[in-house]
Amino acid sequence: MEIPYTVKNRPDTGIYNAKVGIWLFLASEVMLFGGLFSAYVMLRVGAPEGLWPHGWLDVRFGTVNTILLALSAITTLLAWAACKVRDFGKFKFFHACTIVLALAFLGIKSYEYHDKWIHYEIQLKDGTIADGHLEEQDDKEVVIHGRIVTDKKDLYDLRAQPDLKLTELHIDRSKIVKMQNYGPWHNTFTAIYFTLTGLHALHILGGTLVIFYLWGPGSKMWKTDPERFTNRIEVSGLFWHFVDLVWIFLFPVLYLT
Amino acid sequence: MESNVEQFPPYRPEEPAHAAHDDHGDHGHGHDSHGHEEHHQPGFWQSFIFSTDHKVIGIQYGLTALSFMLFGLFLMLLMRWQIAHPGVPVPVIGPLLEKILGQPAAHGIISPELYNAFGAMHGTIMVFLGVVPLAFAAFGNYVVPLMIGAPDMTFPRINMASFHAFLLGGLVMFTSFFIPGGAAQAGWTSYSPLASTIPTDGQAFWLVGMVLLITSSLLGAVNFIATIIQLRAPGMTWMRMPFFVWAQFVTAFLLLLAFPPLEAAGLMQLMDNVAHTSFFLPTGLAVSGPVGQASGGGSPLLWQHLFWFLGHPEVYVLILPAMGIVGEIIANNTRKPIWGYKSLVYSVFVVGFLSFIVWAHHMYMTGMGQKIATFFQATTMIISIPSVVILTCMFLSLWGGAIRINTPMLFALGFLPMFGIGGLTGLPLGLAASDLYLHDTYYVIAHFHYVVAPGTIFALFAGVYFWFPKMTGRKMNEFWGSVHFWCSFVFMNLVFMPMFAQGIKGMLRRMSDGGVNYSAARVPGVTDTLPGNIMELNSWILYAAICLGLAQIPFIINLFWSIKHGEKVGDNPWEATTLDWQTPTPPPHGNFATEPHVVRGPYDYSLPGAPRDFTPQTERSGPANPQPAPGAH
Amino acid sequence: MSESEKPVDLKSYIRLCAVVFLVVLCTTSAMIAASFSTHLGTGWTEKVAVILGIAVVNAFLVAGYLMHLLSEKKLIYTVLSFTVFFFIGLFGLTVWAMQDFPVGTVQH
Repeated sequence: MEIPYTVKNRPDTGIYNAKVGIWLFLASEVMLFGGLFSAYVMLRVGAPEGLWPHGWLDVRFGTVNTILLALSAITTLLAWAACKVRDFGKFKFFHACTIVLALAFLGIKSYEYHDKWIHYEIQLKDGTIADGHLEEQDDKEVVIHGRIVTDKKDLYDLRAQPDLKLTELHIDRSKIVKMQNYGPWHNTFTAIYFTLTGLHALHILGGTLVIFYLWGPGSKMWKTDPERFTNRIEVSGLFWHFVDLVWIFLFPVLYLT
Repeated sequence: MESNVEQFPPYRPEEPAHAAHDDHGDHGHGHDSHGHEEHHQPGFWQSFIFSTDHKVIGIQYGLTALSFMLFGLFLMLLMRWQIAHPGVPVPVIGPLLEKILGQPAAHGIISPELYNAFGAMHGTIMVFLGVVPLAFAAFGNYVVPLMIGAPDMTFPRINMASFHAFLLGGLVMFTSFFIPGGAAQAGWTSYSPLASTIPTDGQAFWLVGMVLLITSSLLGAVNFIATIIQLRAPGMTWMRMPFFVWAQFVTAFLLLLAFPPLEAAGLMQLMDNVAHTSFFLPTGLAVSGPVGQASGGGSPLLWQHLFWFLGHPEVYVLILPAMGIVGEIIANNTRKPIWGYKSLVYSVFVVGFLSFIVWAHHMYMTGMGQKIATFFQATTMIISIPSVVILTCMFLSLWGGAIRINTPMLFALGFLPMFGIGGLTGLPLGLAASDLYLHDTYYVIAHFHYVVAPGTIFALFAGVYFWFPKMTGRKMNEFWGSVHFWCSFVFMNLVFMPMFAQGIKGMLRRMSDGGVNYSAARVPGVTDTLPGNIMELNSWILYAAICLGLAQIPFIINLFWSIKHGEKVGDNPWEATTLDWQTPTPPPHGNFATEPHVVRGPYDYSLPGAPRDFTPQTERSGPANPQPAPGAH
Repeated sequence: MSESEKPVDLKSYIRLCAVVFLVVLCTTSAMIAASFSTHLGTGWTEKVAVILGIAVVNAFLVAGYLMHLLSEKKLIYTVLSFTVFFFIGLFGLTVWAMQDFPVGTVQH
């Protein structure tokens, strides 16, 4: 006996198997990101007054990424619609766009991560803090493009300090107590930022690989079983839209609040 | 550190110091042949290791899970020795332990760190590598498609992937014993900040293992739900499904929706351990003296919330398949339908639903306010109602039945009072006021072991004896089955009943010296120390535990011996009504030659006017189904 | 939906997508404006509420139209409604547990 309802809909539920499967999987993904978002809420609500960062992320990059993903969600839907009308050429075009947009998203994200990676907070022996992007370093000194603050709290709310003067600072190594970059270990905001966006980026990568496979080697199935292939495009499209949905919440939560 | 500047990431790259990981992942139980004859066309690897057939996968899960359970039992015996005779070298095994594990087992004595590792891994292995894979994945995989008339699971390749993820997770857990520092030592609950400050990589191994196991469960859950929704045979309406299938359905939902927050939390704790983040590490944490180097600002309570959000539905994952198995066996061996089918179905739904909003009854001692403690107390009390309904329906099913006693029925009957004791003793723990006293005492250990050990595990044994003839065409030996049952029953009670007394007297959990430091003998003249008779129980429990372990030997021998030498039986030796018994033995690929058409409910035993005392679900002739077919699917 | 009830018209899909995309652009701009606005009270609470509200609208559009959730079968709704309920439970009860603690006994 063959497994039924892999392509045709089951009459009483009105759905084919893979669609049930992907929605169930997406439900579990909602709970996964929900766990991380609830961690965000707890950490932020529990943080002492004035010690939760604002404006550490560049809204311009985030906006561009939002538009890229929104566009890719649309090209994904159109790729599926093209399959439904059996227009293979258009399908190829639309999903090629999806893949390019996804790679652009990942590229921008990598740049943002790099930006944090070279951003250092340097505690100096005289009690002040030098904060900025690393330009060069050697045995004797560290050169950053940033500023010096006396109160650590000034580093947190960048929204309230829109006109920051950043200069090139040469810092002697002998004056440094501790030097740490803005990686996940820096504070709980960077921790949850990297974890949330990192897991999201992994999902983008996974989705891109699946869509690329279906666009490339997997599209052989178009010749033998176009209906089943269309279902695969639909199911992978649903996953992609979910990843876009997560970003719809990530962007405002991390960049705008 | 050689440089006087603390810079992270470091400017001068240091030599990375990697400990060599001994790869003792030689479990290999998934590789055991199952003994029953398979087709010759697909090769060995395709048939037994990388099979996509749900029956093969079910047996793979079953044998692997039973092996892990045996290992977990062994860990328990070592711990009970240490509790009864703290600081005394383990007899016979001691030198071997020292040889394998080195310093933590120096002179054959279980050090406190090693005890903690055994404790944490015993819990983890029994729950995640033993009971859940056996109850949900093994029995579910083998039986559910058969019971609903399906040719296989909806996604056979995902099914195979989920088994291999489970096996890999199990290997990661197992190998963690052999790395420097040893296995995880922070309990199966892995609370922060302890879990991030113990100087062993075992915690990271535990977390990686958990991620793999959770992935396996998620894939399995998707498969089960999709299969039950989409692949029911024609005529198999929702209300004609055997109770076992309902139980697995709800269990799959619990796994699907409750596991992911723990996966998120596990990811965060892994980052705490490896990437020096502070998700769960509070500000100003001092580790063995100096304040730690992490950024702080995290919340240890957050870990507890996320863990127990899974942890509570998890215990219902442990019990629901067991209830399903017991239901099937009782119906079959009383030759009448189980009492209250509809109540049972509604009850499993209510249990599943409520199980998501009771979790903080594991956290009454974290300084919760009254309002929220009352909320969780209320939902916890309410959830006991459908559980009691289920148990009552099982009991009532016995009334007026033509009861047949065989090994599955013995274990099923034994389950009922044991689960009753376990459930009733949970009530003082669910009530916040009494839990303040009982939390983290041996009372808790006794309670949950009663539900899982003589509870679920008995039901699982019942399932093994019950479905063995369908898998192999032979019955397991009845006499040794009875021996297995009676010895297990007696010794389970002898092991766990005294623990209630110990807990009420104040003996705390997870004490590697068995409470000696709090005993009246050690600190005479101090009030409320542990009296001698309570301490003495440790010895009796040890003897009972050893006997319990020995009582499993007949089962193991019986299991393997009967594959080739058991009493040969036909396709339906128990004269059961459900579809799983209407297939050839063992069922071939695709299970059914032609699609079965179901015309009646699952428990048409002793129908008035029927030719036999059971009427299979596909049987058209004979009296019409006394219940009109419900309209809803 | 492998057998659609009505035949798929690519042009109408493109139109739908264009509309959805434009609305998403507007909502995104609205969120950014709200984030930088000085008129939404002091502190962040009101801003967060407004921004998240707009995000929910955004999500509704993507889920409803792009994932054709609005025309999906009852079964999917049932699964998702349970998910939403438990999601809210996870958040709500966790935050409540954080906020509700005995007062006057511990320094906060």
